[in-house]
Amino acid sequence: MLPFSDVIHLAITGVAQGCAYGLIALGFVLIYKATEVVNFAHGEFMMLGAFAVLALSEALGWGFWPSFLVGCLSIGVVGYIVDAQIMRRIIGESQASIFILTVAFGFIFRALAGMIFGWNARSVEAPFTGKLAIGDLVEINYDRLLIIVATVIFVVAIRLFFRRTRFGVAMRAASQNQLAAYYMGIPVKRLVSMTWALGALIAAAAGALLAPVTQVDTTIGLLGIKALAGAIVGGFGSIYGALLGCILIGVIEPFADYFLPGIKGVSAYVVMLLVLFVRPEGLIPQTYQKKV
Amino acid sequence: MSAPQRLSVENLSIEFGGVHAVEDVSFDVEPGETFAIIGPNGAGKSTIFNLISRLYQPTSGSIHYGEQDLLRLPAHKVVYTGIGRTFQNIELFEQATVLQNLLVGRHAHMRRNPFSDFLFWPGVRKSEIEHRAKVEDIIDLLEIAQYRDERIADLPYGARKNVELARALCAEPSLLLLDEPASGLNNEETDDISFYLEDVKHDLGITLVMVEHDMNLVGQVADRVMAINDGRLLAIGSPDEVRENPDVQRAYLGVTE
Repeated sequence: MLPFSDVIHLAITGVAQGCAYGLIALGFVLIYKATEVVNFAHGEFMMLGAFAVLALSEALGWGFWPSFLVGCLSIGVVGYIVDAQIMRRIIGESQASIFILTVAFGFIFRALAGMIFGWNARSVEAPFTGKLAIGDLVEINYDRLLIIVATVIFVVAIRLFFRRTRFGVAMRAASQNQLAAYYMGIPVKRLVSMTWALGALIAAAAGALLAPVTQVDTTIGLLGIKALAGAIVGGFGSIYGALLGCILIGVIEPFADYFLPGIKGVSAYVVMLLVLFVRPEGLIPQTYQKKV
Repeated sequence: MSAPQRLSVENLSIEFGGVHAVEDVSFDVEPGETFAIIGPNGAGKSTIFNLISRLYQPTSGSIHYGEQDLLRLPAHKVVYTGIGRTFQNIELFEQATVLQNLLVGRHAHMRRNPFSDFLFWPGVRKSEIEHRAKVEDIIDLLEIAQYRDERIADLPYGARKNVELARALCAEPSLLLLDEPASGLNNEETDDISFYLEDVKHDLGITLVMVEHDMNLVGQVADRVMAINDGRLLAIGSPDEVRENPDVQRAYLGVTE
């Protein structure tokens, strides 16, 4: 049997991992709400974010935080360009075409990253080392704690952004009725591209924060598929649902790996299938149906 | 509110795959006037609206509002010239409340930056209160106070029509394009709409351009009427003149000589 202190430790690590999935899932949900596109290349934004921070700190000798800031912003710009130059043209085509296009983007980004940054795994120096200990039981490495803190900051910031700012309210309006939004003076196309930028930026931040914890190579974007599973578990239409689903999956994973080594690595998808059987809309479904 | 301008449409044409949906149509709408466009189904009435509000790009012709060349603007800039519109099939933010819909109607008048929004600074609070006050004026004018916090999806059809009109008014337009304001309404609701439109016209001084089938409503509120058929202009004049025009009668009733 697992000692209790290990249970706590696995749970905390799981929450941190789940938050990383959650940050990626935020982008999935934002883009889906704005355009009803599921971006299967979203994990690749995260991978690019990790490489961008790595490249900036190695090539220019910048510290972690300046590289983090510039790296995330540049991947945000990439997200904007992907929508403004390409995705915008395919809106209205069949879901299958859009699906294949985003999958193709995943391949292209992986190939580009490999060609530019190399195919070997690289490691990134952590901005903080050491661990936080509360009593004897609770112990967490600073780099993992940082992921949790960053998730809280992003979620609060996004909530305030969508509730308070003219821009955020305009984005919500456009997601409900684009035609009406146009005639209220809302530049819908630009806002959709901004949503892509925001989603890419947050995913890149997740990649950059995970980089010191794991290693960086071109395949880490596959984490995006787990984030997608988490978002489906929680309910795809809701930011909080997606986040909750991702944390759930993050916590279940290490325990499943320990107790059920037979399904190591696929427990996220097993959970997803179970939830789809019982509650096809996810644990926290969107409170309304989107107008079709 | 900016002062109403003259809307001038000259030689406007649009083709969809070889079909002339609108062909060489010209008309002017004077400031403060109520102008109705009538015609049988498929005559091109809504197409003219969609051209003015920049949803469609005309094949040829020009549209000016005052000095402003509308064809130089994207659809989301039209409201900034003072032109508002409603839709035949009602385009509201279905999952939001009436109040939220009306506040989005104020979008074009909000000049703010995300940073101060985020912190909800006193200036933001003050401007929110001002926008809310404007919205409440419109709620009073159209008597929709009882629906203020209802979700659009839960409202009856007639109430949604009123809310859409209210939202368009919240943008403080100087000219309003009304696409079939009475379609789908019963007689009583149609009477209400004509009453509200009179208010809008007299209290707010807004130029009204409407597409409408209901000839009673047109006769009650319109100063001038334009009849079109098959994308072409048949007649422009007072409601009575147009009603008695033989070409119009033929188009509507299929009367042959």
